[in-house]
Amino acid sequence: MSQATLRIQKMSAHSGTAPGEGTQREEIVCKLIDTTTCIGCRACEVACMEWNDLPFGPTVFENNYQTMPDTRWNYWNLILFNEHEREDGSLQWLMRKHQCMHCAEPGCLEACPADGAIVQYTNGVVDFQQDHCIGCGYCISGCPFNIPKLNSVTKRVYKCTLCTDRVSEGLEPACIKSCPTGCLHFGTKDDMRDLAQTRATQLKDHYGFANAGVYDPPGVGGTGVIYVLHDATKPELYGGLPSNPTIPLAVKLWKHPLKWLGNLALVGGLVGLFIHYLRFGPKSREEEDLVPHEGAQP
Amino acid sequence: MSHQEQLIPHGHILRYTFKERLNHWVAAGSYLYAMLTGLAFWTPALYWIAAMTGGGPLARFLHPWAGLIFTTSVCYMFVLWSGQMHFNDVDRQWWNSLHYYITNQDEKMPPAGRYNAGQKLLFWSFFYGALILLLSGLVLWFTDYIPWSLRWLRYTAVLLHPIAALITIGNFMIHVYMGVFAERGAFGSVIRGDVSLAFAKRYHPGWYAEIVGNSQRK
Repeated sequence: MSQATLRIQKMSAHSGTAPGEGTQREEIVCKLIDTTTCIGCRACEVACMEWNDLPFGPTVFENNYQTMPDTRWNYWNLILFNEHEREDGSLQWLMRKHQCMHCAEPGCLEACPADGAIVQYTNGVVDFQQDHCIGCGYCISGCPFNIPKLNSVTKRVYKCTLCTDRVSEGLEPACIKSCPTGCLHFGTKDDMRDLAQTRATQLKDHYGFANAGVYDPPGVGGTGVIYVLHDATKPELYGGLPSNPTIPLAVKLWKHPLKWLGNLALVGGLVGLFIHYLRFGPKSREEEDLVPHEGAQP
Repeated sequence: MSHQEQLIPHGHILRYTFKERLNHWVAAGSYLYAMLTGLAFWTPALYWIAAMTGGGPLARFLHPWAGLIFTTSVCYMFVLWSGQMHFNDVDRQWWNSLHYYITNQDEKMPPAGRYNAGQKLLFWSFFYGALILLLSGLVLWFTDYIPWSLRWLRYTAVLLHPIAALITIGNFMIHVYMGVFAERGAFGSVIRGDVSLAFAKRYHPGWYAEIVGNSQRK
């Protein structure tokens, strides 16, 4: 299997069908992140930079362990460090690997106006095709996870590719490969969901995390990156992970009812004006205008 | 310009000065580019327009600049014309007689001034439309500088920008139809600047009376 054999099942701003939908026997791939065994070593951040040959940039120090405040166009994978004070006054250090979630229903792809600039392969990976990107930034508005980042020089948007070059060759993504604690897993969506559920049950039954659970938000059709959380009822504690992410309502309204109403109005307007001309014609003929008026002085 | 100066030889009246005409065409050119590229980004069915207007990335780069030129030009229109765009009693009567206007029974219309009520509405909806397009357009232009906590600005902008654009496109279609097809002589007025006395008397009797009446008194 090579990258060329990964077929496209969803395509941004494409009039017509996507070329690969339902044409390939392909498993949905998934990354499982167990936040309860992450030690915040950031090996995955380094591996991501290394494998994807991303140029380094100066970071910002904000009195915590985080490499920088947010992901960047050239920094796709960031461990978010959050110190959470529990009700009993004890401290809990929550670390979450933050990157593209590879939504089954991607808001970025929905919002994109450039034909084929954002695609979803039959294995579920959402990938940006920078050669088709026009740099409008609509994907930034469409994403509920604040992931796409614009490069101000190339004017193109970049994000995690789920190491699609590795995955299409049967390898696991670089971040998974580098994880020393085994908190990162990679496999089919079904397997990862089972594994996550087993771990969540373990946390509930043996470790006293009554609210432990799996984060696989249905609002975006489920994600290609799922989390095991100590407290799945409060995902916001983990650096603002939204509890019920969806494609923003404004983007849905804009891309569905407004678009169809607008197109109807545009075509209806053109047809209406044409019919008006057929029925009533011009208000006057040129010849009439040329008849001098009796009051004309000059 | 005095009314006497507006009366020019061979039975014509100067309707638009050189400044007004030039500004109109700056607005028209920039609007046309912004509209076409905007339509390309609006629906995949029209994305081919991006190829005709310089290619996707260039169209994306030039679209906001065309928009800036357009809004600047609209601001100058405001300076030139806003004083003449207030709705008066004749305009209210004009609205009530709109069906006569649409069915080309212009002799039954109340005497419009230099601008009829429809033109005034066009002016104001283009003015406010341009204002909304500018504000929402700035958010979309610099969308990557909007912090996550202010993302509601983006959501507002992605809705307001196309709504305002659709309203101005509706205006634009009617404007072009009236100026090029329906009212013969109107197109010449924004090219050469003048209209015939017959045109003025037929479509803008109030304005005609003002110009001809005043110049005869002098």
